[in-house]
Amino acid sequence: MNAPAYNFAYLDEQTKRMIRRAILKAIAIPGYQVPFASREMPMPYGWGTGGVQVTAAILGPQDVLKVIDQGSDDTTNAISIRKFFAKTAGVATTTATDEATVIQTRHRIPETALRANQVLVYQVPIPEPLRFLEPRETETRRMHALAEYGLMHVKLYEDIARFGHIATAYAYPVKVNARYVMDPSPTPKFDNPKMDNCPALQLFGAGREKRIYAIPPYTQVVSLDFEDHPFEPYRFNAPCALCGAENSYLDEIVTDDKGGRMFVCSDTDYCEGRQAAGHHGSLSAAPYKEKAQEASNG
Amino acid sequence: MADQNLVENDEPLLVAKSLSKSFGRIKACRDVSFSLYPGEVLAIVGESGSGKSTLLQMLSGQLAPSAGHVSYRMRDGITRDLATLGEAERRFLFRTDWGFVHQDPAQGLRMAVSAGANVGERLMAVGWNHYGRIRDTASDWLTRVEIDTARIDDAPRTYSGGMRQRLQIARNLVTEPRLVFMDEPTGGLDVSVQARLLDLLRSLVAELNLAVIIVTHDLAVARLLSHRVMVMKGGRVIETGLTDQVLDDPREPYTQLLVSSILPP
Repeated sequence: MNAPAYNFAYLDEQTKRMIRRAILKAIAIPGYQVPFASREMPMPYGWGTGGVQVTAAILGPQDVLKVIDQGSDDTTNAISIRKFFAKTAGVATTTATDEATVIQTRHRIPETALRANQVLVYQVPIPEPLRFLEPRETETRRMHALAEYGLMHVKLYEDIARFGHIATAYAYPVKVNARYVMDPSPTPKFDNPKMDNCPALQLFGAGREKRIYAIPPYTQVVSLDFEDHPFEPYRFNAPCALCGAENSYLDEIVTDDKGGRMFVCSDTDYCEGRQAAGHHGSLSAAPYKEKAQEASNG
Repeated sequence: MADQNLVENDEPLLVAKSLSKSFGRIKACRDVSFSLYPGEVLAIVGESGSGKSTLLQMLSGQLAPSAGHVSYRMRDGITRDLATLGEAERRFLFRTDWGFVHQDPAQGLRMAVSAGANVGERLMAVGWNHYGRIRDTASDWLTRVEIDTARIDDAPRTYSGGMRQRLQIARNLVTEPRLVFMDEPTGGLDVSVQARLLDLLRSLVAELNLAVIIVTHDLAVARLLSHRVMVMKGGRVIETGLTDQVLDDPREPYTQLLVSSILPP
């Protein structure tokens, strides 16, 4: 299965060393954006070129890889990247969060709690949290260096002034280790509390912007807020229609053109695991309904 | 307590000592020295290219002088040389104890965020973390600069030129600075708006006991606002003194020319 024309995990060894040095520096300075010489990858920018390079640099032959896109294991992006590494590195792949040692993700953190010895690799489109407020890179770097983060609160202020509450729902800014303000990539703010004091290592790769940053295991991550408008994770108030979960992040799925819709877990592995364990929701597929009926009859 | 104030007002707030700046062969500023006391308004007048703006940039620590130095009495009462301050300290000073009003409000404001956030930004930068209090302070300041508080959530790009300039002033004064630099604050405004702005500035300066260094080529602005005038030409200060004295009885030929070039009312 290994394509002989490629080095293990696609990138050449010198490139991987360069990326690993950047990763080590990023881990040493939690939340700090380390520049690195991002390579061209065989995929367009915006599809996870940064995440793929980080994964390629840390992957070993014994690793088990899981790739998710918006929580799902079976979208085009997730499948392509999983196949890419199965082909170029020959590593085992999985969809189960528990079994994976390296999880590359786009826009979600798995519902299943991560453990030590797991690495979560985020794909990041725009690493600079201050970008839309201060367009000059020289200026944002200086602001990070001097920890001048008043501007970040200006954004939150604007939200409250316009909408009455902090309306930022994703890419919600966090302060890492009481020092650097960091963009957690476009994950929903529902996932922000999971980053705090997480036993797993979290790595962030931005390919187009050529930045790598990291949250080492067991690091304090605080979501920014106001005293009178505290941070609140957002979740649509409904159980999952397939597994009945009350505490998972939900996707809205439009089911017809008459306003019909259903809410299901965005983390497919979590949802399937719960269904297999016998949980069911209002729109569960027939086998589980029958099983439930059998159970109630018997 | 009164004695204490007396002593504090006795010492200069800002001292410039033989400031010079050259850009290659061009000497933009030569050997400028003066002291500024708390509550004092100093106007720097002169024609374009006389070194006014270069001097202002050196005084406000944005440009390193080629020779000489600027020292400033901090809030703790200790006078320090600006060149010895670290970048973090200088930037902190700039957004707390100082203000800088630009000629073009677009330079001093964030045009895309609301007026309230523009005023509140300095407060948030010094650690205010209570939305309600920030907003109350912002609307209080908008009232003081005569902007309708109903427009607190509008971005300054929807404001008129005069309103933008008043918003810029509010944004600078919200942290109660002791020294404000102004670079042609009335430039580009029509005459009636200028008059209102000057009126507002004059009352705020008196009320807050602000020290102001104002750069202008408009002698009327200097006469209305300032206690003292410095006339610059070719990078040198050619005449300095009380405003009335300099403008009513100019000694130097250049100042006489400057004063006589205003049309009589």
